[in-house]
Amino acid sequence: MSSHLELFAQLTANGVAVGSIYALVALGIVLIHKATEVLNFAHGDLLVVAAFSAWALIDKAGLSFWLVLPLVALAMGVLAYGIDALVVRRIVGQPQFAGVMLTIAIAFMMRGLVSMGFGTESQSYATPWTGSSTEILGITVADLSLVIMGSVLLIAALLWLFFRYTRLGIAMQAASQNQLAAHLNGVRVKRVNSLVWALAGVTAAVAGIFLAPITLVDTSLWLITLKALAAIVLGGFGSLPGAVIGGILIGLIEQYAGVYLMHGVKDIAAYLVLILVLILRPTGIMGEAHGRRV
Amino acid sequence: MTALLELDEVELAFGGLVAIGGLSLRVDKGEVLAVIGPNGAGKTSMLNLVTRVFNARRGRIRFKGQDIAQLPRARIAHLGIARTFQNIELFDAATVLDNLLLGRHRFGSGGWWQQVLRTPALTRLEERHRAKAEEVIEFLDLSPWRNARVAGLPYGVRKVVELGRALCAEPELLFLDEPASGLNPEETRDLAFWIEDIRTDLGITVVMIEHDMSLVSAVADRVVCMAQGKMLAEGTPAEVQGHPDVIAAYLGT
Amino acid sequence: MRFDYHTQYRQGFALLPHTSDRVLYGLLIALLLAVPFFASTYLLGELGYVLILCIAAMGLMVLTGFTGQVSLGHASFVAIGAYAHAWLMTQGLPFALSLPLAALISAGAGLVVGIPAIRVSGLYLAMVTLAFSIVVEQVIGLWRGVTGGFMGMLVPNPDLLGLSLSSPRAFYYVCLFFTLAVLLVLLNLMRSGIGRSFVGVRDSEAAAYALGIPVKRVKVGAFGLSAGVTGLAGALMAHHIGYLTPDAFTLLLSLDLVLMVVIGGMGSLRGAILGAILISLLPRAVAALKALLPDAMARQSGMEIFVAGAVLAFFVLFEPMGLNGRWLKLRALWESFPLYRRDTFRRQKSYMRSERNR
Repeated sequence: MSSHLELFAQLTANGVAVGSIYALVALGIVLIHKATEVLNFAHGDLLVVAAFSAWALIDKAGLSFWLVLPLVALAMGVLAYGIDALVVRRIVGQPQFAGVMLTIAIAFMMRGLVSMGFGTESQSYATPWTGSSTEILGITVADLSLVIMGSVLLIAALLWLFFRYTRLGIAMQAASQNQLAAHLNGVRVKRVNSLVWALAGVTAAVAGIFLAPITLVDTSLWLITLKALAAIVLGGFGSLPGAVIGGILIGLIEQYAGVYLMHGVKDIAAYLVLILVLILRPTGIMGEAHGRRV
Repeated sequence: MTALLELDEVELAFGGLVAIGGLSLRVDKGEVLAVIGPNGAGKTSMLNLVTRVFNARRGRIRFKGQDIAQLPRARIAHLGIARTFQNIELFDAATVLDNLLLGRHRFGSGGWWQQVLRTPALTRLEERHRAKAEEVIEFLDLSPWRNARVAGLPYGVRKVVELGRALCAEPELLFLDEPASGLNPEETRDLAFWIEDIRTDLGITVVMIEHDMSLVSAVADRVVCMAQGKMLAEGTPAEVQGHPDVIAAYLGT
Repeated sequence: MRFDYHTQYRQGFALLPHTSDRVLYGLLIALLLAVPFFASTYLLGELGYVLILCIAAMGLMVLTGFTGQVSLGHASFVAIGAYAHAWLMTQGLPFALSLPLAALISAGAGLVVGIPAIRVSGLYLAMVTLAFSIVVEQVIGLWRGVTGGFMGMLVPNPDLLGLSLSSPRAFYYVCLFFTLAVLLVLLNLMRSGIGRSFVGVRDSEAAAYALGIPVKRVKVGAFGLSAGVTGLAGALMAHHIGYLTPDAFTLLLSLDLVLMVVIGGMGSLRGAILGAILISLLPRAVAALKALLPDAMARQSGMEIFVAGAVLAFFVLFEPMGLNGRWLKLRALWESFPLYRRDTFRRQKSYMRSERNR
């Protein structure tokens, strides 16, 4: 392959890998937003807690990666459930802004606790795929990236099946569209919403555990929330497939911008996309338009 | 006699759904016109067309001879058209008096530099606006709630506040969207008297979308019945209430 | 209980209708004017900074509290004001001209950002402003010619007609002057037609349109006004910091401003000031708290952000009207004592109202 094409292909591979992580984080945020109309600014911090916990268990306690992954995922699910049940639930009925503020507050608190509990140094840990890579069509792809892409697809597929075919999934959809009606039909709305949070927590944990070996385990990982927001906006708010598509696109755009556009644009590429999409096409690629009846 | 408001073969569609198909309507000056019909008939959509919330796909809308179908939405109030809303759209965080003062917006509040410096001229202007608002408060018996925040008021009072806010704009044409919905019989009787006074004392033409037939019979000069985006019948309240199509589509026996 | 004896209608809607208010606020201003005579240089510097934050918080309050336009990126306007002012002064403009000009430049930027605000609202606007703030931070770093990039930019000393204003006492008076001026201007605006139309746009756009309020113009105008005021605060902050670098204007500053506005109490200028005072006191409170804790915990750096989060969560959950709300409740208690009813401000439980169809 010519070197240009090779570069492009390599960038594409990287972009899809990073984008998959964004997609996973975006999925979690969209899940919560669809259910409760709360935009969870603390999602990135759930990711950070998961990453640090994984580090502590793998590096310090010496547990196997395969044990740590489900353990931390479960723990994050429980943590997220608790956050909703104990804190976020109390602002039901208040305007959306209150929810945003509350999640920002929770984000701050988690960040503070992580700094205090785990220290401020960046950490890292080994995964079964660290250091190994595969050659596909002449380009080198890190094995970890392949695993990430695979797991994102798997999780997205599982979620789709879950919402389509299980009672709980349908109940979640009902609660997300009309809480009162769902409640009157026997859906335990509060519990369902907390379960949605738990689900989102699990996706955040998986994203965090896979992301940390690529970048470092650091409290600044929370910034991924913002990139995920850009992904959601691009894909269309309220759309789960949109979140995945948006995430991967943002990943690709960043990689291309890093090479083909001027220096420094890569860092703000995601945010420029967000601004442009909201100005030109607020509904995103797959989003729903909403109006108000007066 | 030229009509105050004329709709001429107006059509409104949302994508494939036709909300209003070929509606022609006339509102004469000084009358109280009631628009009745089943839900989904296009009554509120007609009101939203006139107040430029929506754009008509076809047809003309003339107010005092002037075509208003292309006007920007915020210009309608300046022409002398005011409205209330089916689901109350009050400024919840403000007091009743502040809501009424906002009704005075179209009469101007002074230049920005006057407002910043709070010149004596501006204070006099504020006094004049407040005087008018106080008039409306007395007219509608809102005195007990004058300084209360709207958010905590009973539903019936909030409906009256919305009516007051529309009156503060000193309109020539007043649209009321289901003014009696949610009101108890006593409040509905008060409303009937107020609408009569609005027409007689204040000289305002009233178009009301209403389901309460007793209110319609008591107050309306003319009734128009709409169904499925078209006009079904028009005439005096008695005529329309006896019309067989209206009975079939809406009133029942 | 408090009684007013008014003889004219206009006394009822004056800025300070109660005599006791006039006396107390007068004493407060006298106290603020007298502070430099018995305060240390350090304290004067800190007070100056608090005053600058008050101005910035008031700027954000106009936009978010009064007009309902959420902005999570207001640090960008602080930065624009600071850098514009510093750059204009290095180009030779006198302080007295450069300051208002920098505010105007920031207002212009606000107008530009306000235009997309017409189309998007609520959550989306929060994200646009957030993204804008991050982009501005990066642009400042890259635009080395004007801003000195990541290396920073030295801010010339302020002076007026030959007199230097850089001494702590002089600068404190400058900050105090601008805080009081901005407060008065905004108070007058918010209780006149312009302020009412802001509130109208916030509470119900549909009704605002029906009353003839040009909603789009109001939204853009609010952005411009808010950015201008915040830019003014930024210009003053440039002198306070002395040496500008992009990391003085990060996302954290934006969120700090939002905290001030929310904790202070949305929709009131008094709230903005109370919020600014509380948030600027927070680092000091945390330091005092650390002194009480065992050594190992106290050394960790996450304490401040944790406390900030905890305070915000507390206010959102238990005191949604903010510090201003608490003030109003106390004032209501004082005014109607002993006839105060305990549930006057009780909140009603409500179901979630979907805001998808706003």
